[in-house]
Amino acid sequence: MSLTSKTIQELHSLYRSKKTSVQDVVEASLKRIEETNYHLNSFSHICRESALAEAKKLDAAGMPENASMMWGIPVGVKDNMCIKGLPATCGSKILKNYISPYDGAMGVCLKKAGSVVMGSCHMDEFAMGSSCENNAFVKVKNPYDLERVPGGSSGGSAAAVASSQVIVSLGSDTGGSIRQPASFCGVVGLKPTYGLVSRFGLVAFASSLDQIGPFARCVEDAAFLLQSIAGHDKKDSTSYDYTPPDYSKDLKNDIKGIKIGLPKEYFTDGIPADILTCIDKAKKVFCDLGAELVEISLPHTQYAIATYYILATAEASANLARFDGVRYGYRNKEAATLKELYIRSRSEGFGPEVKRRIITGTFVLSSGYYDAYYLKGQKVRTLVKQDFDQAFRKADVILTPTSPCTAFQFGEKIDDPISMYLSDIFTVSVNLAGLPGISLPCGTDDKKLPVGLQLIGPSLGEARLLNAAYQFEKVCPPLGIELKV
Amino acid sequence: MNTDFEPVIGLEVHVQLNTKTKIFCGCSTKFGLLPNTSICPVCLGYPGVLPVMNEEVVRSAVKVCLMMDFMINTYSRMDRKNYFYPDLPKGYQISQFDNPIGVKGKLSIDTDEGKKEIGITRIHIEEDAGKLIHGDGVSYVDFNRTGVPLLEIVSEPDIRSSKEAYLYLKKLKQILEYTKISDCNMEEGSLRCDANVSIRPKGQAQFGTKTEIKNLNSFKFVQKALDYEIERQMNVLKEGGTISQETRLFDSGTGKTKTMRSKEEAHDYHYFPEPDLLPIMVSEGMIKEATFSLPEKPDDKCARFEKQYGLPAYDASVLTADPSTADYYEECAKFCSNYKMISNWMMGEWLRELNERSVSAVDSPVLAKDLAGLLNMIENGKISGKIAKEIFPEMVKTGKTAEQIVQEKGLTVISDTGAIETMIKEVLGKNEKSVQDYKNGKKGVLGFLIGQVMKASKGKADPKKVNELMEKILS
Repeated sequence: MSLTSKTIQELHSLYRSKKTSVQDVVEASLKRIEETNYHLNSFSHICRESALAEAKKLDAAGMPENASMMWGIPVGVKDNMCIKGLPATCGSKILKNYISPYDGAMGVCLKKAGSVVMGSCHMDEFAMGSSCENNAFVKVKNPYDLERVPGGSSGGSAAAVASSQVIVSLGSDTGGSIRQPASFCGVVGLKPTYGLVSRFGLVAFASSLDQIGPFARCVEDAAFLLQSIAGHDKKDSTSYDYTPPDYSKDLKNDIKGIKIGLPKEYFTDGIPADILTCIDKAKKVFCDLGAELVEISLPHTQYAIATYYILATAEASANLARFDGVRYGYRNKEAATLKELYIRSRSEGFGPEVKRRIITGTFVLSSGYYDAYYLKGQKVRTLVKQDFDQAFRKADVILTPTSPCTAFQFGEKIDDPISMYLSDIFTVSVNLAGLPGISLPCGTDDKKLPVGLQLIGPSLGEARLLNAAYQFEKVCPPLGIELKV
Repeated sequence: MNTDFEPVIGLEVHVQLNTKTKIFCGCSTKFGLLPNTSICPVCLGYPGVLPVMNEEVVRSAVKVCLMMDFMINTYSRMDRKNYFYPDLPKGYQISQFDNPIGVKGKLSIDTDEGKKEIGITRIHIEEDAGKLIHGDGVSYVDFNRTGVPLLEIVSEPDIRSSKEAYLYLKKLKQILEYTKISDCNMEEGSLRCDANVSIRPKGQAQFGTKTEIKNLNSFKFVQKALDYEIERQMNVLKEGGTISQETRLFDSGTGKTKTMRSKEEAHDYHYFPEPDLLPIMVSEGMIKEATFSLPEKPDDKCARFEKQYGLPAYDASVLTADPSTADYYEECAKFCSNYKMISNWMMGEWLRELNERSVSAVDSPVLAKDLAGLLNMIENGKISGKIAKEIFPEMVKTGKTAEQIVQEKGLTVISDTGAIETMIKEVLGKNEKSVQDYKNGKKGVLGFLIGQVMKASKGKADPKKVNELMEKILS
């Protein structure tokens, strides 16, 4: 087994016993990335020099007595994260060649833990999309089927972990952008409670929904990575003033007697039978583990997608206004007037999906329509939150499919935005409610593609969620499918 | 001014706060730095950055609220005001829309007809934009000002003349200076004003169509621009035309206003709550703390000066016009008990020196203690008022005390009886005719003779003593 297929726990022991150096692991990771990136396009930028230099530095200094579990671990970051000296292109022509002049919170945390950033991973432009097809430069491929999408928007981060290019990676999730690609690529993906992880340095899509979270090949690795990035940051006013618990400590606790809620609104027609079979098997696994299944109701589920696309686009329309060609990023050089500079730089710099959302967001915030759309959207958002509050009185964890579909083929949905939006139908409510959600592989569909299981927890219930996920993972059989790279 | 019409005026004032750092980042707010030297990724709106509220800004806003009797919203919120302009790096200004920090404030002005209360609709917190500098066919942006904290103070349309507008601004500035939250320097742009004006037939309740006037860089310009605009609107109506709602630009060169943009071109700012910041919660504790730190209000101070120092109303109002002048006066009064003399000197010699140097009382070249020292020398008969007036400029120039200067120049009053008698005799000898007149009952010549002695002594003789001795010798 190659070094990059190992778990964090395994690497930690190897480092501790000095059987492996960080340089060995980083070189193995670089080798794997460089061999497979041509097929996968998961990485948009590979930091060969800085990663090797960092590894050398870590080896020279030696592993500290109290080293973080993330010490010496190669990590991929999504291309919308600002790490000093690294490109942050957001998959957009408008930020092509843009290099961040400062370290975002995730950069600071990774450095502090002694992790090695291997490079940035491709994504849908400005995190808008569910397939990574909205990328100005490349198509990221699903490592289990190169004809299919990896999901999105954090598709590159998911594919990089699934294909063992890195041990773990970071993604961002605004409406499902970690969980859906995790499900498509057969890995673990966690979207933390809104405010648990600092957003400082994350290029904003929808500020009230965005959250950074880990991708990993096992639950424990996800817990380790989450540990290193969670906690209060005074540079993000919306981050919780909260000291996170030790997420890996209680993973091995049994889950006898926990109540798993099944929202009746999620289990209607529209979910393909082969996906439903996997979910039913998962339910059974939980029963075998001693959990109790209870039916719950999330009555405002049907409004979630509409609400999400009003609020997220409204925020995006403002968040993306700064890309105006004046200070950084793409600028049309022929523009003769200020207005022309704006129009041409933005028309040429942004892709079609981004434009669609900016226009939608601008519309819903127009003075005559504000009450009908944005304000109403905020009210429905409160109702969605209240649904979950009610549900968590009956259940400890909520179980749903992550997505109503598995990895689809390139081009299958790109011309049908609505059908693309619907692939997030099970994930967006979690963002609206600000709750943590995790996607776990739970089997394969008829096409031998990974199926994802989503567990949703109450606010700041990451430890509980990870515990349930870990117990499930322990007894769930492996996917039994081959990587194509 | 045509008596058939009355103007209706409302003013919007922007005040830059004098906090050390910007509203959402740690950059300095210092004025006059080299362009783009007080900037960081946050105030430049780089991808991924987030604003963090400078709590000092909220504290300052609360103080101003308390000084002008605002109702403080204990829950208020920042909003995004969206528009594109190169001086606005994020493409939106973080401001407050429908939940400002304060509403329903007021202040009173002293008009010729007596005190008048002007309502203030709202006060809100926002960030300043950068500054465009236009060169030959090129425009540059200086982002130093980006993110400097501002308060916007919007008056009710309670103002009825350009004079009232002027008085309102003066009063507002006075209160802000007292609160010490802003430099209030119009030249440096730390105080800026836009005016809304309409006219209506007297007695009509309904407002006319208003225009907004921008680019008003001094209180005098506000008054001039309003005068012009009121006249213009009146002429339009008299000629049977209608006023169109628009934004107009004041040209201080011509004294005229001209159309900048019409209502149709007005922006839709797509306001919505700023998701990167938590709502502003003003706690009881914060209000209490601000209340404790509040200065005496200008009107209260003025009334106290009248009472405590027995000053005429006029003197009290001049001396309390700005807090540093008032402080200076009170410092003087600690050392010199002739309060009216201090007032006279401050309103005369002292203010003249300050104006000549265009400095404020804090930068007075003569310390309050030293001015008091000078005045005490007059009080004690050590020098005459005339000599004092000669000494004062010397004090300004050299920074020396009156005592030092008097000593160095030998300016002490001559009160030696013998010396004065000698001088008197000499003068009497030269003016025999006057002496004769005096003896014949023309007592008026006494003043002339004393004057001659003072002249002979170069002003140094103690006038009281001269008077005394002169009468004695002549009798």
